[in-house]
Amino acid sequence: MTVHVPTSLDEAVQLLVANPTARLLSGGTDTMVEVNFNRTKPEAVIALRRIPSLREYSIGPDGIVIGAGVPYASMETGPLAQALPALAAAARTVGSPQIRAAGTLGGNLGTCSPAGDGLPVLSALNASINLRSPRGTRTVPFAEFMTGVKRNSRATDEIIESVSVAPTTGFQDYAKVGVRNAMVISVASVCFVHDRNTSSVRVALGAVGPTIIRAREAEDWLAGRVDASKQLPPDGALATEFARLVASAARPIDDHRSTAAYRRHAIEVLARRLYLRSTT
Amino acid sequence: MKNATPTTTRSKGRDILGTSALRPDGVAKTQGNFAFSSDFQAENMLWGATLRSPHPHARIVSIDPTEAWKIAGVEAIIFADDVPGKPTYGLISSDQPVFARDVVRYMGEPIAAVAADHPETCRRAIAAIKVVYEELPVLSDMDVAIDPATPPIHSDGNVFRHQRIVSGNPDVVGDVVVEGTYDIGMQDQAFLGLEAALAYPDPGGAGVELVVATQWLHEDRKQIADCLALAPDKVRLVLGGVGGAFGAREDISLQVHTCLLALRTGRPVKVQYSREESFFGHVHRHPGRIHLRHHADRSGKLVKIEGWMKLDGGAYASTSAAVLINGITHLQGPYACENALLDAWATRTNNPPCGAMRGFGVVQACFAHEGQMDRLAEALGMSPVEIRLVNAMKTGDKLFTGQIVDSVAPVARCIRETAAIPLPPEPVRQTGSLELPGGSGRTSDPAHIRRGVGWGVSIKNLMYSEGFDDSAEAKCTLADGVATLKFATAEVGQGFVVLAQQIARTVLGVDTVILDTIDTQIGSAGSTSASRQTWMSGGAVDGACRLVRERLFEHVAHIHNLDPLQLAIEGTEIVDTLGPLRVTVAEASAGLRVEQTFVHRHRPTEELDENGQGNCHVAFAFVAHRAVVDVDTDLGLVKVVQIATAQDVGQVLNPLALLGQIEGGIAQGLGLAVMEEIVVNDGIVRNPSFTDYLLPTALDAPDVVAIPIEEYEPLAPLGAKGVGEPPCISVTPAIVAAIRNATGRDIMRTPVRPQDICLPA
Repeated sequence: MTVHVPTSLDEAVQLLVANPTARLLSGGTDTMVEVNFNRTKPEAVIALRRIPSLREYSIGPDGIVIGAGVPYASMETGPLAQALPALAAAARTVGSPQIRAAGTLGGNLGTCSPAGDGLPVLSALNASINLRSPRGTRTVPFAEFMTGVKRNSRATDEIIESVSVAPTTGFQDYAKVGVRNAMVISVASVCFVHDRNTSSVRVALGAVGPTIIRAREAEDWLAGRVDASKQLPPDGALATEFARLVASAARPIDDHRSTAAYRRHAIEVLARRLYLRSTT
Repeated sequence: MKNATPTTTRSKGRDILGTSALRPDGVAKTQGNFAFSSDFQAENMLWGATLRSPHPHARIVSIDPTEAWKIAGVEAIIFADDVPGKPTYGLISSDQPVFARDVVRYMGEPIAAVAADHPETCRRAIAAIKVVYEELPVLSDMDVAIDPATPPIHSDGNVFRHQRIVSGNPDVVGDVVVEGTYDIGMQDQAFLGLEAALAYPDPGGAGVELVVATQWLHEDRKQIADCLALAPDKVRLVLGGVGGAFGAREDISLQVHTCLLALRTGRPVKVQYSREESFFGHVHRHPGRIHLRHHADRSGKLVKIEGWMKLDGGAYASTSAAVLINGITHLQGPYACENALLDAWATRTNNPPCGAMRGFGVVQACFAHEGQMDRLAEALGMSPVEIRLVNAMKTGDKLFTGQIVDSVAPVARCIRETAAIPLPPEPVRQTGSLELPGGSGRTSDPAHIRRGVGWGVSIKNLMYSEGFDDSAEAKCTLADGVATLKFATAEVGQGFVVLAQQIARTVLGVDTVILDTIDTQIGSAGSTSASRQTWMSGGAVDGACRLVRERLFEHVAHIHNLDPLQLAIEGTEIVDTLGPLRVTVAEASAGLRVEQTFVHRHRPTEELDENGQGNCHVAFAFVAHRAVVDVDTDLGLVKVVQIATAQDVGQVLNPLALLGQIEGGIAQGLGLAVMEEIVVNDGIVRNPSFTDYLLPTALDAPDVVAIPIEEYEPLAPLGAKGVGEPPCISVTPAIVAAIRNATGRDIMRTPVRPQDICLPA
């Protein structure tokens, strides 16, 4: 196995052209598990951790750009956490502190597991994924990026460079159910974003379908009933119906972690709670 | 765990019995310098690996290693036919093949082993061995296994043991009768130090030395020697650093395979399991179903206990027969009751083999009897504490096996002192707090949280039962003021290494105590299990040190023309209790070398008869647990807030080590209450990883407030009871009772899953 350690994104792109089957490695928190279980046997690896630009983020009036190599630890506190509280909440639920020091948003997107904690946040924020290849930079909305369980629309010669998020104003939060109080894979998760700038409420669901699911029907239903340019009304009945519609978007399965019935129920409970949290 | 009872302040003086002396291996372990058995290497070493069945039940049609042999670096491939001695092994009944020959009976059963130059070569070789299976119907249900019409999946039959208890007047009927059926899931010991061993062959294959993480060196040696067709003295075992055991290292796992590969290749061979393989490589806690009907009079006093218990032993016997006896004899709990009519079965199925785990059958029994006590309390309008106090067992009571409890039995005191521990403050009322159920997932809103309180009280036998000739040997050498101790006691994390030093310092007045290698170059110490080593090996070390002290006193008395009986140890000095002589032990033993060996035995026990009658246990320990939980009733998520406990421990020998056992046991019992379960469907293990087999984290661990009930146990050599198992037994039913209390739901299984709390049954 050859390990390439580029120090710039251009170098990495060239290396990927020369080694089209190479595995892109960021924090390694997914890859190393697969290697250890012999599910993957990369012949070449391009390690992205020494590329400084990937580990940077910027927060400006036009939006927030987060490098693909920014670790979760950097999202938990500080300016990123202030700008994107839902991302901070999601980052805090990822694994242990050691995992959060290594794992990255780029890795979450590369793996594209429906249980990836960063993904519902990117979905609800209407984030765009910036991909770099020898052909230049391509920007893909998250909704078009994740295409299935561990499948995405990244071309084989593309490297995930960063994620762009438009500025939002208003409440946002992420809540995740697991059968342990920390360090647990999601059984069901919800990201709720109330964006007054665009007068919209956006809800994304994790671990209850092959991809992250946007609860569009619930979003539209709510848009027809509230003025989302203002604080949402603390209306219990409204929250209940909204949550029911959110849960109806879920497509969960039974497995050894939980049951479909519980997952759907959990989505409903979380959606109602997050709605009401947003009103206080 | 915060707010633990501050019983752990270290004394400034000598590290004798009664102080929180620190473990000799503690610093190395916390700094990562301690050599666990997986850390051993040898020159010219090969690696070994095991080929395991992917099927829970299948006929082996053919095995073809041709392709594996073509892989460069492969040095040996061995199968059932390569086992020179006994083809099977087992702790009680030798029914488990070293390698499956014709049929595999559980997922993960070994079929072959490979030795090669690198673990990766081993992996490839294992993958290249072609095995053709013909899958067979999977027997996974205990009732089907018990049914005599079911074809046996092993020549020894599908029931490991059936035991009945008929006691007193089985026809008596109580004023109040409650009944319930309780289910217990399969828990894993989940020790952190994975199975690992390194075998060194003697020249010409005359013998073998094995460095291994185990609980019982001599029992391993006996089984290994039988399978290798070597005399036991040709098999030498050395304890590798053990990273936890909890029962999972009582059975043979990689021992025979590693030795066989070393003998075959003439080179040192190391085998080391991964976490996934570990789930298949050792036995688990028996899952079970228990149905009980409790009769009581109007005052709440127990009149009779009826019912049955079924434990699933999986594919091979391991210790199932003994676990079953422990289970059924403890179904009465720590409560007086002489009338009983009970049946119990341990079944053989194609599920993973189950055997020893901390609590050994009593965990399952306790989950059921404590559920019953709460049902009785409810039926009688009594509190959980009242019903337990009314029935609390005391010294002199007769068990339903006919055995008289002559141990110290402060059951009522355990309950009262636990009840007197202050309840924790009201729930945190802040959204998103990590202290709420759901923890870092920030799922809970304070409005949806209900608090519950629940109780569990237990009785646990100490040492082995039913006539087992149990002994522990230790040797003490005193030379120039330094004591050296030799024993074969497996140190698995429980802290015998520090206790042994404390004993020697106390008895001999020395400060320096060297611990010799733990190996088979001395007689057996028995297993580090059954809460027995403080009593058994502690008794042996104490006995050996006392013999040395006698010789030392004789020596000093001879020089000073005194009667040795006048002499005593005071601190680090020998003093004449009737005169002025005062000499340090270091001085008195200068140039001297005294060596003594002592074997400790507990009093004999007997087997149960066909009606379950007999003095089958040695002694008992008791404990009470009160759990306080916060439950998010909508999401079914639980945060265990506090465990209050008062434990009957006899004499406290090391308060810090005691607290470690209590807190660790509580964490393990909490795991069984709310998250730890090996999920098995039709014999297939679904979650063999720490991603999906969940252990409690720091955020799941409760505050523990622990009170030792210190009453000297006259039956025990040091007055101390074993303290390892009781902490993990009644904490599980206490937590589940607290969840019932918080939710009002009749939860009848453990672990409790979120859907058991918040969805319709």
